[in-house]
Amino acid sequence: MASKAVYTRGDPMLKKRDDFEDMLEERRISSDLRFAAKCFMPVLYKGLTPCTPDTLKSAALHSDPVNYVIHQVAKETGKALDDVRAEAEAILDEMAHRLQLSTVRFFAFMLSKVFKTLFHSVNVNEEGIQRLQQAIQEHPVVLLPSHRSYMDFLLMSYILYTYDLSLPVIAAGMDFMGMKFVGEMLRMSGAFFIRRSFGGDRLYWAVFSEYVKTIVKNGYAPVEFFLEGTRSRTAKSLTPKLGLLNIVMEPFLKGEVFDVSLVPVSISYERILEEALYARELLGVPKPKESTSGLFKARKILREDYGSIHVYFGQPVSVRSLAHGHVDRCQFNLMPRHIPARPREETVHFVNNTAYRLVRAQEENSVLKPWVLLATLLLQKQEAPMTLDELTERAVWLRDLSRQYGAFLHWPDQMHPSEVVSSSLALHGGLVRVSEGRVHLEQAGAAEAASSPEDQLLSRAVLVLSCASYRNQALHVFLRPALVASAVRATSSARKVEVFDCFRFLRDVFSNEFILCPGATMQDFEEACYLLEKTGALHVTQHDMAVTKRGQKTLDFLTGMLEPFLQGYLVVCRFLLEESAEALTQKSFIPAIRQFIIKHLLQGRLTQLEVLSSDLHKNALAALLRLGAVRRAQQDTLRVNKVKLQSVEDALGGKLPPPNVASARL
Amino acid sequence: MNAAHFSPQPYDSYTLSRRQHGSSMASGSDGGSESQQVAQQRLRIIAGHLRAPADSGSAIVAAECKAQGSEADAVQQEKRTMPRRRQDIMKWNGWGYSDSRFLFNKKGQAEFTGKRYRLSGMIIPGLKDWFESTFGASLQHKTPPTPLLNNNAVQAPTLNEPFVDDLKSSGIPFSHDAEDRVFRSHGHCLHEIFAMREGRFGRLPDVVVWPNCHNDVVKVVELACKHNVCVIPYGGGTSVSSALECPADEARCIVSLDTSQMNRILWIDEKNLTAHLEAGIIGQDLERQLNESGYCTGHEPDSMEFSSVGGWVATRASGMKKNIYGNIEDLVVHVKMVTPRGVIEKSCQGPRMSTGPDVHHFIMGSEGTLGVVTEVTMKIRPMPEYQKYGSVVFPNFEKGVACLREVAKQRCAPASIRLMDNEQFKFGHALKPQVSSLFTSFLDGLKKLYITKFKGFDQNRLCVATLLFEGDREKVLQHEKQVYDIAAKFGGLAAGEDNGQRGYMLTFVIAYLRDLGMDYYVIGESFETSVPWDRVLDICRNVKARIVGECKDKGVQFPPLSTCRVTQTYDAGACVYFYFAFNYRGLADPVHVYEQVEHAAREEILANGGSLSHHHGGKTSSRGFSFASRERSYACARLNVQDLCDTMTNHKHNPNTEVCNCAGVSVVVIIILILYVRLAGQIPIIFLILIMFPLPNEVGEGLIIGWLYKITLSIRLSHNLPCFYVSNLQKKKKNETISKISCASKIK
Repeated sequence: MASKAVYTRGDPMLKKRDDFEDMLEERRISSDLRFAAKCFMPVLYKGLTPCTPDTLKSAALHSDPVNYVIHQVAKETGKALDDVRAEAEAILDEMAHRLQLSTVRFFAFMLSKVFKTLFHSVNVNEEGIQRLQQAIQEHPVVLLPSHRSYMDFLLMSYILYTYDLSLPVIAAGMDFMGMKFVGEMLRMSGAFFIRRSFGGDRLYWAVFSEYVKTIVKNGYAPVEFFLEGTRSRTAKSLTPKLGLLNIVMEPFLKGEVFDVSLVPVSISYERILEEALYARELLGVPKPKESTSGLFKARKILREDYGSIHVYFGQPVSVRSLAHGHVDRCQFNLMPRHIPARPREETVHFVNNTAYRLVRAQEENSVLKPWVLLATLLLQKQEAPMTLDELTERAVWLRDLSRQYGAFLHWPDQMHPSEVVSSSLALHGGLVRVSEGRVHLEQAGAAEAASSPEDQLLSRAVLVLSCASYRNQALHVFLRPALVASAVRATSSARKVEVFDCFRFLRDVFSNEFILCPGATMQDFEEACYLLEKTGALHVTQHDMAVTKRGQKTLDFLTGMLEPFLQGYLVVCRFLLEESAEALTQKSFIPAIRQFIIKHLLQGRLTQLEVLSSDLHKNALAALLRLGAVRRAQQDTLRVNKVKLQSVEDALGGKLPPPNVASARL
Repeated sequence: MNAAHFSPQPYDSYTLSRRQHGSSMASGSDGGSESQQVAQQRLRIIAGHLRAPADSGSAIVAAECKAQGSEADAVQQEKRTMPRRRQDIMKWNGWGYSDSRFLFNKKGQAEFTGKRYRLSGMIIPGLKDWFESTFGASLQHKTPPTPLLNNNAVQAPTLNEPFVDDLKSSGIPFSHDAEDRVFRSHGHCLHEIFAMREGRFGRLPDVVVWPNCHNDVVKVVELACKHNVCVIPYGGGTSVSSALECPADEARCIVSLDTSQMNRILWIDEKNLTAHLEAGIIGQDLERQLNESGYCTGHEPDSMEFSSVGGWVATRASGMKKNIYGNIEDLVVHVKMVTPRGVIEKSCQGPRMSTGPDVHHFIMGSEGTLGVVTEVTMKIRPMPEYQKYGSVVFPNFEKGVACLREVAKQRCAPASIRLMDNEQFKFGHALKPQVSSLFTSFLDGLKKLYITKFKGFDQNRLCVATLLFEGDREKVLQHEKQVYDIAAKFGGLAAGEDNGQRGYMLTFVIAYLRDLGMDYYVIGESFETSVPWDRVLDICRNVKARIVGECKDKGVQFPPLSTCRVTQTYDAGACVYFYFAFNYRGLADPVHVYEQVEHAAREEILANGGSLSHHHGGKTSSRGFSFASRERSYACARLNVQDLCDTMTNHKHNPNTEVCNCAGVSVVVIIILILYVRLAGQIPIIFLILIMFPLPNEVGEGLIIGWLYKITLSIRLSHNLPCFYVSNLQKKKKNETISKISCASKIK
């Protein structure tokens, strides 16, 4: 039980944060043109053999792994070798980046202008930049920023350009390519494009992975990609995708480079550009296709105030040290390294664990603004709006609590709390309204002009979901204690073992929803108990745990945090139990459940508007599939295992003890 | 006992010998009279395969060989380089001859003393700067060794009186003088030499014996069996596998069996081009004496000045010129080895056999754990008519490796081809002796200018391949052209004979240089690996980087020297040799740090697809290195065979306990198997049993392979090998006879 408990608290990847510097400050006092035309001499990887984007392409195309797959494909499909090779070349042409300094300079100029109008400040931890600079010289570097906005990768390149670091090569989704001109511009500023899905296309996989590996092996430039795979619409971190991480680690595992440094980067926006867009998307209004004209239309956002950005470059993590003792590199010794082989289980496991750790590092280093706390409080008290003073008082309480839980909170201590609150509310005027001294979660000015009750409901849901996306930024801080708190409330027993069982069940159910490192149940439990005990909310003895008197408030708050999710999962269960008679496919699931929920909301049987989030529905379904309560049958239809589903629902609702409780190992 | 094993009527005498030993037989042998008859018949057939020595029937008297060679001895004695008292001419706490060493003279210039080497008596002006800048060492900070051997620090010998008495009466010279014992208590591993320099002695051998011939060895081993005494064979004493280390907890008397007096060439067969040698002859004597008759073996390991033929065999040595002459396994035609159970040798000197696994392959690399190699028949070649050194400069290491790969692909490697990396190139450069004429130094300057300025080679990236061609003059020149043409394709420039020759000199003086380093807080060691071609670059880069990183982690204050060279080429891979040294000022336990770093480096080698060793031998097997699974299978197999031969009863020394356990378990299986083989002779059933038998998880693979070896052997044995083996299978008896028989000699 204690064996794995060692690893988060003293983890070098986490905690101990640096100070920020505002990089826009200098832009505001000196010429942007000169900045764009500055002498750019980045430090390079010490083992670099200089090459151009074109030599890189041909190196990848003529590499052994690609050759091998070309021969295989030619043999299997009966196509001529040259045809297959041409195919590979076409893939590469479609994919490859064409980094040009002139384009980068153009962007540097434009972005300086844009950033200055949009943001108060762009804050970067310069110590992190220095660490990165060191890392770039030593080993190939992989940058792993969190992904909340389209801005992310432009911002990253902009920062690296400003600090004279070699510009990254960025993996971007193919959808950007659809944007005429802009797609090409992005390509010339270092983006390379990959298809979102390429199923069983071996040739594509071989070309793509070799292209990335060539960049890593050569040390040509830092590789940048988003672990989460796509922008998170809810501002919660998404479950990491492993494909690219696997690829960038392979050169190390196969001994082709001495080490690879992974640098988690947390980008936190005070206000996200796509705020309302995301909420709509979650409610089923489809995402507009990326297009140049759309980009132009979006320029009205330029007139608004988006607060500040915090970019935190985390501690570079050496793959070598991570792999030590977890991966036996000898496994690659008995086969030529260019022949693609399925990785061993331990390797898959290792990559998965690493991915989770990195996302956790991103979470831990993301900066929380006061508004995040306010949004959390406002969402919990929707029915009975608080007065400004109440809100301030509770915000101060929450500030102290979150600090104790290790949150990276950026609360201006020199200002009076009421000032902090009012300035935050002002920045997010689109979401809150102060009337009669009370704070309402309402759109300012937007009168009750909407027509049908359904439209009213939806427009309010947009508001709530936007607000929730801020609340979600703080979720990772409270998640583990909240799970324990819910478990304590649900079991209504003082026995630690029972609480643990319930905790384990909840954690298991929610592991698609939140970032919960696989296999770290025990450790998470202990950490949460430690935090709850530290803040005086729980009294934990060897076998028992009891809620203290003043702990009730904390526990109320924490369970309130989890409440919308719990409700959401229950609704999904209910829906599947009641309405799944006809053939439900995975495609029709989302619209169907949305209708179901709207119906219940209108009838007043449900109160939480958040349960309308399609992200939640998807995660819940994935969890139920994983738990075996729902099964995927032919033609993508979903089959419900009613008995199992009922037991999950009962357990979630606190009616029954959690199912499948194996003997606890406490 | 010896006779019993080789007489043509083995079964009877086998039972006889069994009684002599007073051992109990395992129940497996009571297979009934029918199976006994079958066995007898088989053994008669087997007798044909193994030739009984001419004197096999007669009792062995030690005096015999002395009488034989008394006159010739007197003549040859003068030619012998190695006296019984080695300490008279050699360092007891360092490498090589007492009169040859590096030192910094009063002017602070490096100098090599003595008269034996090309470099002897010369001033080496560049060495000091290189030494100081590479290691951050300073001539002010000295760490001189304990100058004299302090006899008080030496443990009194544990003497087994009856054994000593018998030895005395046999007339074989022996000694328990402290100096003799200390000299034979160590090889040349860093920790061993470090301890010597500090005057720390662990467990020493108690008696040193100098057998004069094969029969003396048989006698010594027989006495050791009789009196329960341990034997450690000692050849050149250049082992770097810790094989000469005495187990600290060994309570029995340990005998160091010094083969240096068995140093004759017994005969030369010019028709078949073979020479029959006594195993104690050292490389330089062998080559010199063969040269007198116009022949050579061509086997030139870097330690050939001191290492012995027996040691080569026992450690699977590799010589510098293996491309022409082959490694030891290619050179050996016949081996005679004395084991506690008798003498093993093949019955013929035919060039190839297909009767089961080759016994030679268990002898070679056994590092003395199975017995004492006493006589070896080796291939010889007429001396080459012409020899030429050469060198090629490459703009970088990658190009150099690509060139070597191409040379190997075209199978046109010269006698030797080695590629040094940039650090080693600089090292070699620092060893340039002072040039007397202004003209040569001017020429050198010009050369350097041409390469760096005109050709644009980066001084900090370029590397050098050294070449040695041998053979007919015409062919050599032709060959040379071919190699240089290939080199040119990879951007290589011919850089002259001189550079080549100096490169080879480096390998002979490197061990002396280590002693110099140790005078100034610098310790170092070399290790080697063999690796497939496509991984050569990766392994070089990663291992060097790992060494630097580990040194930093372990608190070494100064950047280490971490350098490598590709030193042999094969069809499917290459041998890579790493040098690693660092300045240990400020470290509490430098040897421990060193060992940690080396361990990490070996781990890195294994992770990058390299082998634990190419020719230094299995140091790690006896030092608790966790074998990579592939090599573990070998270790297991080896131990099982060891078990089979029942020579090694002291398993304590080999800390690989899981291996020991599996050996124990498998005995039971083997007995069942033998019964099966005798009754049915059906192999599939054996495998069935094998599969059914529950395997302990961790041993898995190694165990299976070990068993398979045993099985194949036992199947073979019951058909056509002497009863000697079979008997041992059934007669499992521990702590009966000789314990650790260890490695004879290192091939550096």
